[in-house]
Amino acid sequence: MLSASTQPLHLRTLPMLEAHNIEITRGDRRLFGGLNLALDPGTLLLVAGSNGSGKTSLLRTLCGLLMPSAGEVCWNGENVRRLREEYWQHLVYVGHANALKNELSVAENLEVLCALSNVHTSPEQRRKSLVQFGLSGRELLTAKSLSQGQRRRTILARLSLCVELPLWILDEPFAALDSAAIDHMQSVVGTYLAGGGMVVMTTHQEIPIVAPTLRELNLDGLAHR
Amino acid sequence: MMTLLKAVVRRDLLLAWRRRTDAATVVLFFLIVVSLFPLGMGPEPNLLRTIAPGIIWVAALLACMLSLQQLFASDHVDGVLDQMLLAAAPLSLIVIARAFAHWLISGLPLVVLSPMLAVQFGLPSELYLVLMLSLLLGTPALTLTGAIGAALTLGLRGGGMLLALLVLPLYIPVLILGAGAVDAAAAGLGAEAHLLLLGAQLVLTTTFAPWAIAASLRIAAE
Repeated sequence: MLSASTQPLHLRTLPMLEAHNIEITRGDRRLFGGLNLALDPGTLLLVAGSNGSGKTSLLRTLCGLLMPSAGEVCWNGENVRRLREEYWQHLVYVGHANALKNELSVAENLEVLCALSNVHTSPEQRRKSLVQFGLSGRELLTAKSLSQGQRRRTILARLSLCVELPLWILDEPFAALDSAAIDHMQSVVGTYLAGGGMVVMTTHQEIPIVAPTLRELNLDGLAHR
Repeated sequence: MMTLLKAVVRRDLLLAWRRRTDAATVVLFFLIVVSLFPLGMGPEPNLLRTIAPGIIWVAALLACMLSLQQLFASDHVDGVLDQMLLAAAPLSLIVIARAFAHWLISGLPLVVLSPMLAVQFGLPSELYLVLMLSLLLGTPALTLTGAIGAALTLGLRGGGMLLALLVLPLYIPVLILGAGAVDAAAAGLGAEAHLLLLGAQLVLTTTFAPWAIAASLRIAAE
């Protein structure tokens, strides 16, 4: 058993993401309300729901990008809008837009994304992660010349470099991926969860992922509560 | 933390290099606008000498404002801005890093080129240094103030015109002090007072603008 002082800060107490009585309103439309959830290490939360049911809004709220119209999101018991970068340094968010700059190369884009998470990586580590996602030989291409699936792979390559961060929030990570990339992504997420990571994910595909704890949330059922 | 900020500055400089025509457009705009005045006013040395500081400063304001529209717009569209909002460093620091990189690309060239334009107006050579100093202190304040407007108008249709309406009135103090510094030096009064006030303005802007920009960016992401 490790003594408390030798452990990294985020492991001293078990990290925990909670949402209390969240209500989300976009424009004039109330998407859902009264949502409670709690995630601890090793938990995969799959968010399902039809188009427009508020999956992306929920994920952005959990990130702290959107302010819920009622309720609060807490990290280790503190509101994430108050914690700000204290919370964000523990989090990787993959949105449905691929956060790539067209003018930068694949390797440069990945370097910037890792730097923003304050994850220090060597060029060799980044190259390895890109190769694992099937992008070998494409590191120096500009993002402009990539296909949609390759752009997605570049963004996801960041995940295997950020396994030390305790929370991943992934919006449709499998969109535009081919079966080989889906397989690899499954194993990346599976390994991360087995190591004590937390994942919140939306997906329209039925993709089995091995998780110590699996929760499912269907937003369609919440819509009129 | 410093590694993160350095990576942001490096990214912006690299992007500017890959899109160098954008940066060149701003500098050329500045050069052409200023050069039009001697052509339009005719070769009247005294008149040109009198209006030179004002013209150069107004052109610098417009060039700064033009370049600011793109400061956050492309990052907003492709989702990189979300990643910056969720970065491991305070957003206000990231904003300062970005404003600094932006100033290096579109503000510093104006400072360096200003003596060349002063020649066209027959400004005495002892005023070049004052002109450059006033721009050196003034343009970073223009960038930071303008970035508030750029963040507020992010994602709005017709944001460019609105940006001008929001930002240009805020530029007035810098314009008065900047052009005034050169005028005062030309009149033999010494430019220290104006330059000190410009410096104070820069300190004030650097202190408060990043918070305003960060807050506006968070609202734009909602």
